[in-house]
Amino acid sequence: MKVKEMKREMITAKVMKTAPESPVNIERVSPFSQTRDEKVLREIAREVRKDIIRMTTEAGSGHPGGSLSATDLLVALFWGEMRHKPNDRYWADRDRFILSKGHGCPALYSVYARTGYIAHEILPTLRKLGSPLQGHPCMIHLPTLEISTGSLGHGLSVGNGMALAGRLDGKDYRVYVVMGDGEQQEGSVWEAAMSGAHYKLDHVCGIIDYNHLETEGTVEEVMDIAPLAEKWCAFGWHTIEIDGHNFDEIFAALDEAKATKGKPTMIVAQTVKGKGVSFMENNVGFHGKSATREQMEQAIKELDESE
Amino acid sequence: MVKLGERESTRNAYGVALAELGEIHPEIVALDADLAGSTQTRRFADKFPERFFEMGISEADMMCTAAGLAVSGKIPFVSTFVIFGAGRAWEQIRNTICRPNLPVRICLSHGGISIGEDGSSAQACEDFAIMRSIPNISVIVPCDAAETKALIHEIWDKPKSPVYIRMTRNKVPTILDENDQSFHQKFTLGKAVTLREGSQATIIACGQMVAVGIQAAEELAKEGIEVRVVNMSTIKPIDQDAIEKAARETGRIVTVEEHNIYGGLGGAVAEVVTERYPVPMRRVGVRDVFGESGSPDALFEKYGLTPKNVVKAVKDLVKS
Repeated sequence: MKVKEMKREMITAKVMKTAPESPVNIERVSPFSQTRDEKVLREIAREVRKDIIRMTTEAGSGHPGGSLSATDLLVALFWGEMRHKPNDRYWADRDRFILSKGHGCPALYSVYARTGYIAHEILPTLRKLGSPLQGHPCMIHLPTLEISTGSLGHGLSVGNGMALAGRLDGKDYRVYVVMGDGEQQEGSVWEAAMSGAHYKLDHVCGIIDYNHLETEGTVEEVMDIAPLAEKWCAFGWHTIEIDGHNFDEIFAALDEAKATKGKPTMIVAQTVKGKGVSFMENNVGFHGKSATREQMEQAIKELDESE
Repeated sequence: MVKLGERESTRNAYGVALAELGEIHPEIVALDADLAGSTQTRRFADKFPERFFEMGISEADMMCTAAGLAVSGKIPFVSTFVIFGAGRAWEQIRNTICRPNLPVRICLSHGGISIGEDGSSAQACEDFAIMRSIPNISVIVPCDAAETKALIHEIWDKPKSPVYIRMTRNKVPTILDENDQSFHQKFTLGKAVTLREGSQATIIACGQMVAVGIQAAEELAKEGIEVRVVNMSTIKPIDQDAIEKAARETGRIVTVEEHNIYGGLGGAVAEVVTERYPVPMRRVGVRDVFGESGSPDALFEKYGLTPKNVVKAVKDLVKS
């Protein structure tokens, strides 16, 4: 394993060296330390959202809407919940994180940068040739990732596999899988739902970013997934419904998940697509389209002025 | 114990070999989709119940769960029928096993028309094409039980990339001698093995069609036509040098496979022949049709996977 890891590090180093320079102004990132202090987390989430807007505008494409809706969930996990060490990425006891809705990766890349896994300077290389920051997460390009994602309906099964391996190895690490609401339409999600309950994977915690919008419109119009919490409950999961932008509710749910034994937990988090930017909120137009430079300036201003 | 000349299925040899390996290597785990008795992973499951995961009839979930196990340091052997594993779960194999280049061993059984009486829904004849077109993966089709056993012992932990092994349901004649001194040399990934020498044409075959090729060569020899027979058990990475050598030295190539003539062994060989040393070719295989119910032998007869048909293809080339 050691050799493989070293090889991976070398690949990243090589990729980063060739990554293109960016004209976008990058701020200094404050050192990472874990906290559940809501004021601090709000500040971090604001910076992550600004990163997302800048990265996707710089790339000229990407999925800002679903990145913004998942931001508070990711910030809560990385700063206030998960056991991990950014300076020891291969620590065997680390909690695992999988972004099954891989298109929301600008949020994850920003979180990786602000926790110190990757250099903040490379964020503007998103989606550009030679960048470790692929349009959908690829662990060959970015070994910091636990798994490559991007094709919906795969991540929860991978998480189950990691949890089974942890059980065999006598490890107590937990596995967090963030999924999309549109992703719930993939049949394989429900195969994974059955497996997770069947094997009583109480170290698995799924979180659904329920922002109610997908490429072609509202989830309700495209292919309704309601009643979602009831479905997961019926599949044998401990199910918790929360406001996915309320840190108190997020942490209460994560604590409840950790305390739940004998079955996995699914947190259904109600969110707002495009959260934090007025003209992106609940706007399906920003599912798979980035802001123009003008819109970017306005979005950054709004975020800076928000509480 | 695999005995020369006796009939044994490749899936059976796989199950035995996997259970043997499980004894030595604790990192090996196995997954199946409600077919452990058929694919023979039951042998591993009975010995190591804690390392065997019954996934139910959910192949997509099974492939990605295997990826999660592999990325956590395990060596997963994943089994079901070819049609469900390579077919239904192709995209999971492509994106979550091959794209991250994980050491998952996808060992599928009941490929080809020899699954027999179950009929066309399960008779996968497309898997060589769809699997070999995915980057990072190796594609292996063992010719008999002896080769299967050797392959499983050989590839369990190398390469560190995904491997696909295609096996079949029926009992096939064991044509390779397990006690031969050169046995292990014969099973190097990516190396074709010449089983019979000849100068007028080369029959390149894989799976149980290798035995058909040998029979055809024996028939041809009676008529004074000497043909080389090559066991191309690794379809990817294919042994380009062996193919070029056959083209240069024998001038004619006939491929034989239990697969559609499009995109499989014949296609892979033709790709090399046309680039490196063009010579006339014939492809013997299932001719772009779905199969039907029947015994394996009756189906081979109807769909042309017989020594007679291979003899005809060779003669066509020798005459032209």
